[in-house]
Amino acid sequence: MTMTRTVLALAVSLAALAPAALAQDHDTELPPKNRWSFAGPFGKFDQGQLQRGLKVYREVCQVCHGLKLVAFRTLADPGGPGFTTAQAAAIAAEYQVPGEPDDQGEIKPRPARLADYFPTPWPNEQAARARYNAVPPDLSVMAKARGFERGFPRWVCDMFTQYQEHGVDYLTALLRGYEDKPPAGVTLPPGNFYNKYFPGHAIAMPPPLSDKRVDYTDGAPTTVEQYAKDVSAFLMWAAEPHLEARKRIGLQVFLFLIVLAGLLYFTKKKVWHAVELHPDELKPRKPTEYPKA
Amino acid sequence: MSGHATYQPKNAFMQWMERRLPIAGLVYSSFIVYPTPRNLNYWWTFGGILAFMLGVQIITGIVLAMHYTPHVDFAFNSVEQIMRDVNYGWLLRYLHANGASMFFLAAYVHMFRGMYYGSYKDPREVLWILGVILLLLMIMTGFMGYVLPWGQMSFWAATVITNLFSAIPMVGESIVTWLWGGYSVGNPTLNRFYSLHYLLPFVIVGVVVLHVWALHMVGQNNPTGVEPKTEKDTVAFTPYATIKDGFLMVVFCILFAWFVFYIPNFLGHPDNYIPANPAVTPTHIVPEWYYLPFYAILRAIPNKLLGVAALGASIVILAFLPWLDTSKVRSARYRPLYRQFFWVFVIVCIGLGWLGSKPPEGNYVLIARIFTVYYFAYFLVILPILGKVEKTKPLPNSITESVLQSGVPIGASAPPPSGARA
Repeated sequence: MTMTRTVLALAVSLAALAPAALAQDHDTELPPKNRWSFAGPFGKFDQGQLQRGLKVYREVCQVCHGLKLVAFRTLADPGGPGFTTAQAAAIAAEYQVPGEPDDQGEIKPRPARLADYFPTPWPNEQAARARYNAVPPDLSVMAKARGFERGFPRWVCDMFTQYQEHGVDYLTALLRGYEDKPPAGVTLPPGNFYNKYFPGHAIAMPPPLSDKRVDYTDGAPTTVEQYAKDVSAFLMWAAEPHLEARKRIGLQVFLFLIVLAGLLYFTKKKVWHAVELHPDELKPRKPTEYPKA
Repeated sequence: MSGHATYQPKNAFMQWMERRLPIAGLVYSSFIVYPTPRNLNYWWTFGGILAFMLGVQIITGIVLAMHYTPHVDFAFNSVEQIMRDVNYGWLLRYLHANGASMFFLAAYVHMFRGMYYGSYKDPREVLWILGVILLLLMIMTGFMGYVLPWGQMSFWAATVITNLFSAIPMVGESIVTWLWGGYSVGNPTLNRFYSLHYLLPFVIVGVVVLHVWALHMVGQNNPTGVEPKTEKDTVAFTPYATIKDGFLMVVFCILFAWFVFYIPNFLGHPDNYIPANPAVTPTHIVPEWYYLPFYAILRAIPNKLLGVAALGASIVILAFLPWLDTSKVRSARYRPLYRQFFWVFVIVCIGLGWLGSKPPEGNYVLIARIFTVYYFAYFLVILPILGKVEKTKPLPNSITESVLQSGVPIGASAPPPSGARA
């Protein structure tokens, strides 16, 4: 087959060029994969993990990072951390948000209600920069706003294995990726920290987590590893609050489509059978005889 | 079986209607008794799939537009509002975003099928050119749609693509300012992109009507490239083509659903979940996957003006395909040499797509240049010469003959039919 040969020749010449080209890609270690309860076609959030993650967010991240697209009411939504409405309202009440103008036109802070959103801890970007030397990004969609390339052929496999957790894996790795001293020969800009997973490695965020920093009441280990996973899972929920519904409906749609495709296939076969050409059609056909009643 | 039986309604109301507006008769002759070649394979079902995808995009798009706010300060958050608070908003948006990818996937398969079987040749040139116009419209619509969520990639894609026009000598800068409605990509740009993104799909619908009209004038091509000669060569559109199209449409929906429900962000870029920020440029600005081959051609050429010209030419050249391919034989089945060049062309297009996603440096640029040369040489050198020198295989006398030859071998080892024995 000359065609196969041409294609093969082209593939070989490409393969010769490709490694040199691919070598330009990686200078940063790829974040390791974690096991997530919400991965895969039957994935569901682990409510305990989301509640712990919220605790880590509230006791650590929240000092600098906002969550402005997440409303307190959603904490009680199905497919989320599983709080009751009363619990969600109690969490909201611990926050102060700007109230409505009073009779004198004054705006005074009031406790947040279910309809309010997690407030951002700084009034504007200038204030954030003055306080932290950088603007801490909002975390509402962070779990979907970060990713990394796994390179060919792994990205093709990811399509079939449904690996979608690049963002959470990156966040988990980042939170655990701090090193006390940068490797020899690397100098960091003042006020920056060395993180082996951060692109460029110099990150303005100080290492946020340390063992025993947050008290867990459900017996989960109070380690940096556990905190990192829990808060990443929580941020995945924050970024994709309808993930469980999506996967559940997806499964139903899938079953429906597969059954429908099967039925249509056999219908198609039956319909086309009537007009299939047979070699014996070239000869005159005998009339079909029916048994007499 | 087929033939042009005229529509004769039995119902009194339909008879009354038919004398005034013969729309039922039009549907009857176009989608019921319309004769289609009996040997069409599954590659011919993508026209129907494309029509279906256009419908999906328009319906989901109209509902999304009810909730979206085209303003630089609110666009990003309004999309998040759709994802979080609109009933099944996440489903609508994921259907729409992944639907664009599926739409392009189907369009590319549809085009490659047309190229493999020579469907653009006389008398189907206008049909093909209308298809190229549809591709251009899709590219424009898809690009403007990608800008609407106003994430980082939206903003920077808009900046990079509109800036291409600045390469035009003399008037380039003025054109870019005019496109932007200002001196940078901003609120006026977002507003007009939104307006045009809503308008263009209906223009697409209009051109699709012309495309189908032209198709029904000249009839469908088929895998042999030999025109139907007798009634035996064709079957009626309904039920034969409808059931076959319907089956593959559902199979295509399974693929679509896989992306929508299980890996909805796989084809997107994480940076587009970061709100647009004119002060921060992403490390790599990449377009959606379906533009990558064109993007690779653009960047393969070191001169900006020539790069933009090559980008435009790579699409426009398709319109001239009916005249660049000089072979009298349509189907690649009977063109052994053409078939090789065609498959290399397919690999080159996929390769250009891969290169478009890579940074324009080192060997990537070198390979992109080789592939770009092949892309244009395929149209400008290979096809014109090949038609003159290629020795083609003998064509079958009719579709029926080819079906019988390829199907059950006559008089070969197959057992004789029971009828013949009796």
